[in-house]
Amino acid sequence: MKRRITFPMIALCVGLLFLYAPIISMIVYSFNNSRLVTVWDSANSPTIKWYLALLKDRPVLDAAWLSIRVAAMSATGAVVLGTLAGLVLARFGPFRGRALLQGLTTAPLVMPEVITGLSILLLFVSLEQFFRIFFGWQFDRGMVTITIAHITFTMAYVTVVVQSRLATFDDSLEEAALDLGAKPAKVFFRITLPLITPAILSGWLLAFTLSWDDVVVSQFVAGPGSNTLPMLIYSKVRLGVNPSVNALATILVLFVAIGVALSAWLMRRAEKRREREMRLAESGR
Amino acid sequence: MADRRNDRNKHEPWRDPNAQPYVRIENVTKRFGDFVAVNNVSLKIYKGEIFCLLGGSGCGKSTLLRMLAGFEETTGGSIYLDGQDMAGIPPYERPVNMMFQSYALFPHMTVEKNIAFGLEQEKLSRSEINSRVEEILGIVRLGEFARRKPHQLSGGQRQRVALARALVKRPKLLLLDEPLGALDKKLREHTQFELINIQEQLGVTFIVVTHDQEEAMTLASRIGVMNRGEIVQIGTPTEIYEFPATRFVADFIGSVNMFEGRLVEDLPDRVRIQSDQLGGVIYVDHGISAAPGAVVWVAIRPEKITIQRAQPADMRENCVRGVVKEIAYMGDVSVYLVKIDSGQTMRVTLPNMERLSDDERILWDETVYLTWHPGSPVVVIQ
Repeated sequence: MKRRITFPMIALCVGLLFLYAPIISMIVYSFNNSRLVTVWDSANSPTIKWYLALLKDRPVLDAAWLSIRVAAMSATGAVVLGTLAGLVLARFGPFRGRALLQGLTTAPLVMPEVITGLSILLLFVSLEQFFRIFFGWQFDRGMVTITIAHITFTMAYVTVVVQSRLATFDDSLEEAALDLGAKPAKVFFRITLPLITPAILSGWLLAFTLSWDDVVVSQFVAGPGSNTLPMLIYSKVRLGVNPSVNALATILVLFVAIGVALSAWLMRRAEKRREREMRLAESGR
Repeated sequence: MADRRNDRNKHEPWRDPNAQPYVRIENVTKRFGDFVAVNNVSLKIYKGEIFCLLGGSGCGKSTLLRMLAGFEETTGGSIYLDGQDMAGIPPYERPVNMMFQSYALFPHMTVEKNIAFGLEQEKLSRSEINSRVEEILGIVRLGEFARRKPHQLSGGQRQRVALARALVKRPKLLLLDEPLGALDKKLREHTQFELINIQEQLGVTFIVVTHDQEEAMTLASRIGVMNRGEIVQIGTPTEIYEFPATRFVADFIGSVNMFEGRLVEDLPDRVRIQSDQLGGVIYVDHGISAAPGAVVWVAIRPEKITIQRAQPADMRENCVRGVVKEIAYMGDVSVYLVKIDSGQTMRVTLPNMERLSDDERILWDETVYLTWHPGSPVVVIQ
């Protein structure tokens, strides 16, 4: 059968091109031999010399290491807080202020990053003054402040993921555990937590990626000398485009792609398993 | 089977006025906002019984069960188990276990781990846990499946794991929420008898919630029929079926032909009821307690009616004429729907004892006479 080129197919191609042409061209140019970003040196390309150059670039390595640490810590913090919030929203039924809590936890999803960053910066500045005046203790903005700021906006994503998993959770499992003599805390750690682990892991990966590629919020709350990788790229570009930036950005994109794919895969696998169990339960009838 | 029946008849503690009930439910009420789910229910259940709470959906039977398990607090009244007041005792401290309708097996644990979970909470030694798990796996015949996960089991096997998990704790009381609801018909019959066997072997008191009257009839030592949060009648399966106390019970358990009528003759040992709905007089050979002239309802079970072509000699009582409208051949029995002269339709079931040719069988549009024994009708006044 001859396949006809239909309008939906054209639309799909145009859409994909629109989304990914810049990234693809960036990846392609990261293997370019020329010093000039816009000139393709077909004689000596492709090359990985820009990637090798990155390995010797101390500031880049420092920034990458900082980014990894910040992303890992803020993802962990976001998972703890987000799971608790998700549990409360999914489990505690209608309580006073439920809608408010729901709104407050998910608001950072749609809040402009500039506002999130600015408000957190103002909070840190006043805290700094508070600590200096009352405790005589000076703290510097840096890794800790970036991490805290990242937790505030990544937590919302974890909450949504955990809450949606709990919505399909069979409550009688927890009741059965209570009935068999386990106290509520034990029920949580032995039954609930193991069963929502895929959702928590996927939330962690999502939070990690969001923190990893954030520029705006970090820009506000970072102190002097604490540069995350995206911040470094941003400042490098402002000083003049260097081909090594392409290589660096490619690595960044790779990281994000892996994180997102892994998180989606985890969710899908859990979903499939649940479906299979449901089917089996049906056929067992 | 016959032995067991004799055994049962001998052992009917609810007939003994001196017997101590094992579970006492006293005036228990449960409200959810304005909705009264359970209304002033009192029950006495004796040790070793299989007590069935039977009723349609939303009748409050599950809520009552959940209050016994401790998942819901009572709004009023009290529950005593073996003399101990259950008020304020959380589910994890009650000597009660429950088998959930969905079985609620932990999907991330093997069969063994599922069953051992309850024992681990009691801080028993590993060897004691292992031997008890092994013992119960033998009883439910699942020894070879010990290391499987729940999703690798069939529905019937999962049901037995759920039963084993609840029984291994040796509860004083086992609550079963629609225990056979998720099984297909064949498996169900088999499992019913297995459940009774296990119960007799272990001597645990069972309270079963079900909407399936057949399930209740085969399992139960006694049945409590519930409607709109209240217990309507308590009795053995035979009592409930043969002597329903109200129209609701008569209608809910099995199928029944119900006629409204007026008491025209009321003697201690027999009554006559004139029914316009039936278009005749019903003669009952036992007395009832109702005022003469009172409006009563007469229930006649379809299997207690005889259908014949020949006109009986005496047509005055317990006999109506009609025309066959529908015949449903069910294999073991045939169901006839007969439109009687008053315009009502009566349901008659006839066992297919012999293979009959079409000439011998009563067929559609034939005029027939329906008769019944004066001992068969049940008269209810509410």
